[in-house]
Amino acid sequence: MKGNEAIAEAAIRYGVDGYFGYPITPQSEVIETLMARKPWEETGMVVLQAESELAAANMLYGGAACGKRVMTSSSSPGISLKLEAISYMAGAELPALIVNVVRGGPGLGTIQPAQSDYFQATKGGGHGDYQLIVLAPNSVQEMADFVEDGLDLAFKYRNPSMILTDGMIGQMMEKVELKDFKTRLTEEEIIEKYGDWATTGKTKNRDKIVATSLELQSELQEKFNHKLQDKYREIEANEVRYETTMVDDAEYLLVAYGSSSRICMKAVEMARDKGIKVGLLRPITLYPFPNKELNSLADQVKGMLSVEMSAGQMVQDIKLAVNGKIPVEHFGRFGGIIPSPEEIVNALEEKIIKG
Amino acid sequence: MDVKDIIKEENLVYKKSEVLTDNVMHYCPGCTHGVVHKVIAEVIEEKDIQDKTIGVSPVGCSVLAYNYIDIDWHEAAHGRAPAVATAVSRLMPDKYVFTYQGDGDLASIGSAEILHACNRGENIVVVFINNGIYGMTGGQMAPTTLPGMATSTSPFGRDVKLAGNPLKMTEIVAGLPGTCFVTRQSAETAGAVRKLKKAIRKGFDNAGEHKGTSFIEVVSTCASGWKMAPDAANEWMKDNMFPYYEKGTLKDE
Repeated sequence: MKGNEAIAEAAIRYGVDGYFGYPITPQSEVIETLMARKPWEETGMVVLQAESELAAANMLYGGAACGKRVMTSSSSPGISLKLEAISYMAGAELPALIVNVVRGGPGLGTIQPAQSDYFQATKGGGHGDYQLIVLAPNSVQEMADFVEDGLDLAFKYRNPSMILTDGMIGQMMEKVELKDFKTRLTEEEIIEKYGDWATTGKTKNRDKIVATSLELQSELQEKFNHKLQDKYREIEANEVRYETTMVDDAEYLLVAYGSSSRICMKAVEMARDKGIKVGLLRPITLYPFPNKELNSLADQVKGMLSVEMSAGQMVQDIKLAVNGKIPVEHFGRFGGIIPSPEEIVNALEEKIIKG
Repeated sequence: MDVKDIIKEENLVYKKSEVLTDNVMHYCPGCTHGVVHKVIAEVIEEKDIQDKTIGVSPVGCSVLAYNYIDIDWHEAAHGRAPAVATAVSRLMPDKYVFTYQGDGDLASIGSAEILHACNRGENIVVVFINNGIYGMTGGQMAPTTLPGMATSTSPFGRDVKLAGNPLKMTEIVAGLPGTCFVTRQSAETAGAVRKLKKAIRKGFDNAGEHKGTSFIEVVSTCASGWKMAPDAANEWMKDNMFPYYEKGTLKDE
């Protein structure tokens, strides 16, 4: 099935309570699949096409505060609109899953795949000091799996999480193994698990619960921000995920996520055929970022090349991780252009090996 | 006679609703937010639905409504309360969900959200406080500011050529099939408050019967924003607001 369809199917099976969306290319298959599947008949899942991305994201905020498992999906220009509610959710410490099937920008841009929303996704995106947990799938299987992982992490840390993917993975078809159906939580189960923050109705035996990100006293707002930062340090310590390919004897390293990492696998093969000892590190979580792993690999390899379908965004995080130990360069095609493995090998030779 | 001799059960003629908290309200003297909060709390108490009611507060003076009515709340982003309430109501259909919004929130930045929630007939109660001004941010022009009315962003009076005419949201939503009850009330006299309470009660009854969206506008004053004494503000409202925003029920299905 298509990557976008896998997201929809995985959401139903995982027991998502509500999906709120708005059509935008190249991710409309998510809501189309859900509407055709009619999960409200099967699991009771609510699916609603909102009047705008703004409304869809604020519906997400409303649902998340009730302790429900809620998600939305969109593509770049739509995500920009959703950032209002995403910041509110981070500020109110609410769990939700947002899928960004990235297209080339800026502005209305193009409908072709790109990775130019890396900064937006990994630096919070909206206003205020906050972070999203960001997962970057590189296969249709991972599109399905990360719905579950993304929501589990969101609930574990009471923080929104994001699947950052692109039009290539959203539209490509691969075999996928779907998990068994899980039952949705009842209101009693929600009260038992999330009773300290979920707004299920104030009963006599507890104080009212208010989902809010408002704090008018700056001393308390600072204290709250420290609490958020502590949470992010915990996420950074526990949730880094990455995958390496042929790094044991590597003298050079490609770093790429999502679609680019698939192309880089071919590039590693081609470079190895030419006798270049190159490996690949694929960050699976973009936030938290595999800083330690990149820093220790910098003691082994002579240079790193960040391959992105952008003008160079993740390369800045790699440079910070490596902290000047070795040269780090960027190679990218953007605006909806997908790089070829040959281009990547050439860039490695030109920018890193010769450079 | 000592005060303690007077405070006896048999002498009790009025009691603050249990659904109101003891927090001191931050509203200015003469403001009717407190009265409307009280009426909502009384309706919740009388219907015995405190554990089934979820409020959605706006951005504006009533942003802190959650400090005063003792129920679970969501504090929404500016204008988005109907979207937030949509999700709450859809995901927990047995709850009584209401939004509490001012005119800047509902009629300006949240005009899309309110129209679509009403059009879908979301099973929610909307309490819309219209005082023709942005109170919290310091008295700027609202979409409901009357022509000629001076505010900090229309210091020479609202010029309709520049800013358009004030929006009658209640008339607009009454035309949408999703609304079941649309009314315009006020809260400046005891009689008006009684009528308002009846309307809010009806809204919550409708929610219990899953009839669709109930929309209750409360034409209000903003003594501070209008730069008038509370009694003068009430008179100004009667003379100027009521002729433009006619009180009464537009729809009751």
